Amino acid sequence: MHAGIIFFLVILGSILFHIFTPWYWTDIASNWKGMDDTITLTFWVGGGVFVAVCLFMIYCVFKYSYKEDRKAEYKPEDKKLEKILTVATTLGVAALLAPGLIIWNQYVNVPKNSIEIDVMAWQWGWQYRLPGNDGKLGTTKVVNINDDNPFGINLDDPYGRDDVMVQSDIINLENNRPVKILLRSVDVLHNWYVPQFRAKMDAVPGVVTYYWFEPNKVGEYEVLCAEYCGVGHYAMRGGVEVQDPNSYQQWLGEQETFSDLLAKQNKEIETKKVAKNNSKIEKVIYKEEK
Amino acid sequence: MSDEYENKSGYQAQSSETLTGSAGSTPDIDYVRPAELPEQDLYHGHTFITKWVFCQDAKVIGVQYFLTAVFTGIVGLILSWLMRLQLGFPGLAGFITAEHYYQFVTMHGMIMVVYFLTALFLGGFGNYLIPLMVGARDMVFPYVNMLSFWMFFVAVAVLMASFFVPGGPTGAGWTLYPPQTILEGTPGSGMGILLMLVSLALFVIGFTMGGLNYMITVLQARTRGMTLMRMPLTVWGIFTATVLAMLAFPALLVSAIMMTLDKVIGTSFFMPTILKAGEVLEYGGGSPILFQHLFWFFGHPEVYIVALPAFGIVSDLISVHARKNIFGYRMMVWAIVGIGALSFFVWAHHMYVSGMNPWFGFFFATTTLIIAVPTAMKVYNWILTLWRGNIRINTVMLWCLGFIVTFVNGGITGIFLGNVSVDVPLSDTYFVVAHFHMVMGIAPVMVIMGAVYHWFPLITGRLLNETLGKWHFWATFLGAYSIYFPMHYLGFIGVPRRYYEMYDSPYMTSAVGMNEFISLAAFLVGAAQFILIFNIIKTLKTGKPAPKNPWKANSLEWHTSTQPPEHGNFGERLPVVHRWPYDFSVPGAKDDFIPQTTPPSEVVHTKVEKT
Repeated sequence: MHAGIIFFLVILGSILFHIFTPWYWTDIASNWKGMDDTITLTFWVGGGVFVAVCLFMIYCVFKYSYKEDRKAEYKPEDKKLEKILTVATTLGVAALLAPGLIIWNQYVNVPKNSIEIDVMAWQWGWQYRLPGNDGKLGTTKVVNINDDNPFGINLDDPYGRDDVMVQSDIINLENNRPVKILLRSVDVLHNWYVPQFRAKMDAVPGVVTYYWFEPNKVGEYEVLCAEYCGVGHYAMRGGVEVQDPNSYQQWLGEQETFSDLLAKQNKEIETKKVAKNNSKIEKVIYKEEK
Repeated sequence: MSDEYENKSGYQAQSSETLTGSAGSTPDIDYVRPAELPEQDLYHGHTFITKWVFCQDAKVIGVQYFLTAVFTGIVGLILSWLMRLQLGFPGLAGFITAEHYYQFVTMHGMIMVVYFLTALFLGGFGNYLIPLMVGARDMVFPYVNMLSFWMFFVAVAVLMASFFVPGGPTGAGWTLYPPQTILEGTPGSGMGILLMLVSLALFVIGFTMGGLNYMITVLQARTRGMTLMRMPLTVWGIFTATVLAMLAFPALLVSAIMMTLDKVIGTSFFMPTILKAGEVLEYGGGSPILFQHLFWFFGHPEVYIVALPAFGIVSDLISVHARKNIFGYRMMVWAIVGIGALSFFVWAHHMYVSGMNPWFGFFFATTTLIIAVPTAMKVYNWILTLWRGNIRINTVMLWCLGFIVTFVNGGITGIFLGNVSVDVPLSDTYFVVAHFHMVMGIAPVMVIMGAVYHWFPLITGRLLNETLGKWHFWATFLGAYSIYFPMHYLGFIGVPRRYYEMYDSPYMTSAVGMNEFISLAAFLVGAAQFILIFNIIKTLKTGKPAPKNPWKANSLEWHTSTQPPEHGNFGERLPVVHRWPYDFSVPGAKDDFIPQTTPPSEVVHTKVEKT
């Protein structure tokens, strides 16, 4: 008897915990409310089944616990009941699957007006690249990456020259503008994940993966790596700052482009060359003086 | 081979006798078709070594498997304590560095899934129960069966050795995802990972030897009258799981071999061009996602390799202790087979956000949710077996009820994760950790415990103490439930799994209290297992001897010549089976059970519906 009571308290406790829990979703800050809604729906349907099954079990424990003089029912099969249960379960499952697939369809089809962002991951850090005025990102190669070309942009790709480079683990986003996150990794698996945006996808070395979302709340968010990437995994954090369009444009204007970087390097190289020449000239003059 | 069973012709004579009995004018209702093959020769060991060490008796091999698996399980349990120590009380145990933490996570996962649960269900219960339940004298290949255990033993030894090599065991996560698994930056990326891969390969080889035995014994060595549709669901569960294992483990074996080659001789099966510490490594062109496909092609059936035996065993336990036939036996059999077949078409639901082509999501979400239907049918049939039963609320039944609660809970959260777009926010968070521990950690362990209390009298001849058993159950069930039920909500917050520390992330600060609570519950649940160990030791020393067939069960293992059964199981004559094992509370019968061996002529006045 007490067994049934304890099981009942467990189920009751689970329901109360769910209602009164202070631990629940971190407030959403993107367009993926549909994911939350599907979770809520699944909670109602699934939670209902869980509670119903457990309560029925507890009822049986109370009602049919062992008595010497009672005999259990002998009924190997009940085709009708089994059929009803199969059909009802199939319908329930289909009702849960349908919204899931509809939202997945939105998830894999990126809106045309979204801005592409190259998120580059390594052990253990992030950096970002935005398309320049041409609206297109230049192609890249892992082997190109070095101090002078931190994103490994192909030098012969004209689209790459005006790319905006954000060599920081914090990226700014424009509020209410869809972004397509293009993920790549130079070493192992990573995953660029902001709990408030709900969306995530692994960064896989050797390929470019993607996902999209539309931030809809101005603010600062923490980026977490969500795919185990070695001993520094838990420390691989980054940041996102969602801004209104004006502040965003201002921030964007302050960023360095690839050609800026190249120009700076060229200048440095030229300065070095000039310095070399100068020293040569000096030497010549020195010789002549002798 | 001097110690063979003699006088085998006696059995033949017996069967032809039955045959002639049917030749009369009235059909013999007890008729069972005669044996087609002579009986198996058994090797009876006489020395300590051949009897208890290199033993060919499936029952002893089963116990050997069981004890070795339990040893690995205790190692896995201690590792989980250490992890919870770090998560609940970061920095309290200063010796747990991030490297150590990830090594604990990895070894805990691999040990519990492969070396504990798989070995325990198939190697332990499979070996002990299959020959007894189908009415065979032993497995069909006893020598290979012995080799199977010793191969497993070596695999465990190699795995444990990895704790002591330079660099320690691998810390790559139990999924061993490349490229990080074999690169610096992951703990144990040298010797540790190699020993892990070698150990897995040995496990697969050993398991193949055992698995062939289980399959062929079920298919070829059933006693007369034991049709497939008269087998206990335990045998159906273990048999189907073995078929799955035979098809799934090769994928693990090849991926282990390919990864070893990547590591040792520098091939690039799974390794693309990689830039590490400013230098391009000598790899190129490989695919990390290929590994994930191979791994989960093994990994998802693996879930059912653990779950199906648990389904089967719990069906039998519920039926026996509710004194009622299992509801919808045929549906139960087809659900086991159907789940087994479907389990090969759902693997990529572990990879929705892995970077594979996202269009796969539609297919795998659909197949995954289809598998929920036969699984739900099994749950309905368990509770409908309780309905209008005559339920003994003893320790065994408590474990079964605990199984139903935890399994349904974990099954429902599986519908969240299988439903592709719902998985996106929840994958790689603690929701996943809570889900799979509930459904393939706690639920199968509930069944294992129930099975231990149920079959302990058969194996040792003594009944375990009920009071201690109930304490053990409630501490384990309530403790485990309070670990994993609240843990789902950490996943909703967005706390990612495999984090050694959260620092001051807003997600985690709100959950510090819960983490401390979960850790305390985990310490309690672990400690509660000592009640069982104490109970076993006490029972072996002073426990009360069990009467023959103490639970009044029908299946053949309780109807052996001696209890515990001796080598050869059934004494002089193999049993002949006349009915399914679930004839409980048949109207008109004297007792509330009719053993499988009872011929119809002895119970003519009963209204047996299915035989």
